[in-house]
Amino acid sequence: MNVVFYLLAAITIGGGLAAVLLKHLVHCALATTVAFAGLALLFLQLDAQFAGFAQILVYIGAVAILIVFAILLTRGSELPKDGVFSRSWFVGLVIAAGVFAVLAWAVLQSVRAVPQQTAAPAVTVRDIGNALVGRYVLPLEIVGLLLTAATIGAVIVAMHEKERPR
Amino acid sequence: MSMGVTTPLAGYLLVAALLFAIGLAGALVRRNAILVLIGIELMLNSANLNLIAFWRFGPHPEALTGMMFAIFSIAVAAAEAAVGLGLVIAIHRQSNTTELDKINRMKG
Amino acid sequence: MATSPLFTDLDQIFIILRNWLVGFLPAALRPATGIVLEVIAIVCVFPGLFALTTVFERKGLGRIQNRLGPNRVGPYGLFQPIADGIKAIIKEDIVPFSANAVVHFLAPLSLVVAVFMEFAVLPMGRNMVLVDLDAGLLFFFSMSVSTELSVFMAGWSSRNKYSLLGAMRAVAQMISYEVVLLLSSVSVVMIAGSLSLPKIVDAQNSYTGIFPHWYIFTPWGLAGFVMYAIAATAETNRSPFDLPEGESELVAGYHTEYSGFKFALFFLGEYLAMFSISGLGTTLFLGGWSAPFSFLTFVPSWIWFFSKVMMSIFVFIWMRGTLPRLRQDQLMNFAWKFCLPYTLLNLIVTALWHFMGEGWMRWVVCTAILVAVYVFMGRVEMRSEHFGPRRYRYAE
Repeated sequence: MNVVFYLLAAITIGGGLAAVLLKHLVHCALATTVAFAGLALLFLQLDAQFAGFAQILVYIGAVAILIVFAILLTRGSELPKDGVFSRSWFVGLVIAAGVFAVLAWAVLQSVRAVPQQTAAPAVTVRDIGNALVGRYVLPLEIVGLLLTAATIGAVIVAMHEKERPR
Repeated sequence: MSMGVTTPLAGYLLVAALLFAIGLAGALVRRNAILVLIGIELMLNSANLNLIAFWRFGPHPEALTGMMFAIFSIAVAAAEAAVGLGLVIAIHRQSNTTELDKINRMKG
Repeated sequence: MATSPLFTDLDQIFIILRNWLVGFLPAALRPATGIVLEVIAIVCVFPGLFALTTVFERKGLGRIQNRLGPNRVGPYGLFQPIADGIKAIIKEDIVPFSANAVVHFLAPLSLVVAVFMEFAVLPMGRNMVLVDLDAGLLFFFSMSVSTELSVFMAGWSSRNKYSLLGAMRAVAQMISYEVVLLLSSVSVVMIAGSLSLPKIVDAQNSYTGIFPHWYIFTPWGLAGFVMYAIAATAETNRSPFDLPEGESELVAGYHTEYSGFKFALFFLGEYLAMFSISGLGTTLFLGGWSAPFSFLTFVPSWIWFFSKVMMSIFVFIWMRGTLPRLRQDQLMNFAWKFCLPYTLLNLIVTALWHFMGEGWMRWVVCTAILVAVYVFMGRVEMRSEHFGPRRYRYAE
């Protein structure tokens, strides 16, 4: 495993850690963006061009901006008085550590069982396009419907209610 | 390229598992609702990394499945983030707080 | 097109230069050094063009406003950028005390880095693209959205309500017009059949008689180009969409608290974004590096590319000097209620164009649909009902 992988992994994990540990919400949001960028670079390292660029476009260009807008609209700049970690933080940490231990054990146990391909599957954008309207046309339409429903739902949920006549 | 017992695939899977655990910790430990959403996004991202790592290193009866799955997952995660953040904004408007410890009553 | 060897060599002169320079090195180092040389060329040429454009803009705006522009430094004021550069470098770098130092520092850097990355996929001449990515257009747009986050970082970290307001307005404007930009490019991708920019240029590089097959000369291409141009003006926060940085509104918007070199970096970032988005517009709609008439193909391809980009910049400057600024709600209304539906319709018309086959029918039908919808939507639907005799309100 080469240096680039370690560097990108360090950036991603560092961004993730900063995102959950920092006090100020906007710093957390920016650290999340760093984690997203690290992940996009990892996708590119794995020869998944389309997924990597889609990750940047969607996550950094839309989700990160959504998070930042939500922080600003809910006055997240004010720090809560009782601290940023909830009272049961230790239990949460133990659970997360347990989940990681189980996953890591599963990965390391089965590492010899999975046959390794060294050549990347040759997937061009044209193949993805053909697949999207060929084999995967039903998921495509459903995702379109889902995105429409999510857009309308988010607008309705976050809209100001009309003043009810008293 | 193998170092002892870890292969490249195992390296990527371990990074994904660590990111998942960090996201889970964030969602469980922090008070603010928006940070819970950030934790959820990190978990979804680590699942995407898993998918792409298996697409790259695993056996390929179907050359496209992993990539398509990851692309759809990105789209669904974006939709879910939008709705989740809309909910957080609506709750803030209702009770003027985003701390989860304080939004623990059904009366609103 | 048979051209003499001299003109073919002129066309490829930068490639020949690079190969000659790289030939001095052992074979193992050649690809990497070639790429480094190309990157150095991009990093030198585009900021140089930026310096030239600042002079042209000030002189051009001056002439539109019936005055001379700067004319003291050098002949006709052409050395003004040198003076501006020296001023920017030696000015004191003031960071507000309560500002978030790290984010304040990183914002202009991330903007300039993201904008420079956009140049990596533009084909600036025949065989002259830095990286021929399979999903080149997607890469360009990914870098373009990364700039939105740096705008927000700049505005928020300054701890200044004008900066924050300017940043929020800029981000809202950029994400709205990003959708229009992407959709108007999708119609080009549909017809060209590829996301790779050199292939899109190759699809336009043929001639019937003397006229080129540029996409702007088709009905859907013209409509798409107009939408693209509007969205590009809004993406780069240029007038008439420059409310986020309008001096009379918001001091300087999200770069209020930046002085000296960091402000110069923001300025550089904005102009480079203008160059790259004009470059993409020329690649998608104006045929990239292909010549306008078939008898002009002897002129080197990079000259055509850069002339088209500079013409687009000239149109940007012209719009800035002529059109009044749009208000925030007018701008957002325009994006979501006119530009987006029209661009979606353009997609349908593009598909109709493709499936109707060759002939004069498709020209008539597509033009009729686009013009009728424009007249209906633009002139009938978007008209505000509040026009009437002016009512005056006096303070009581």
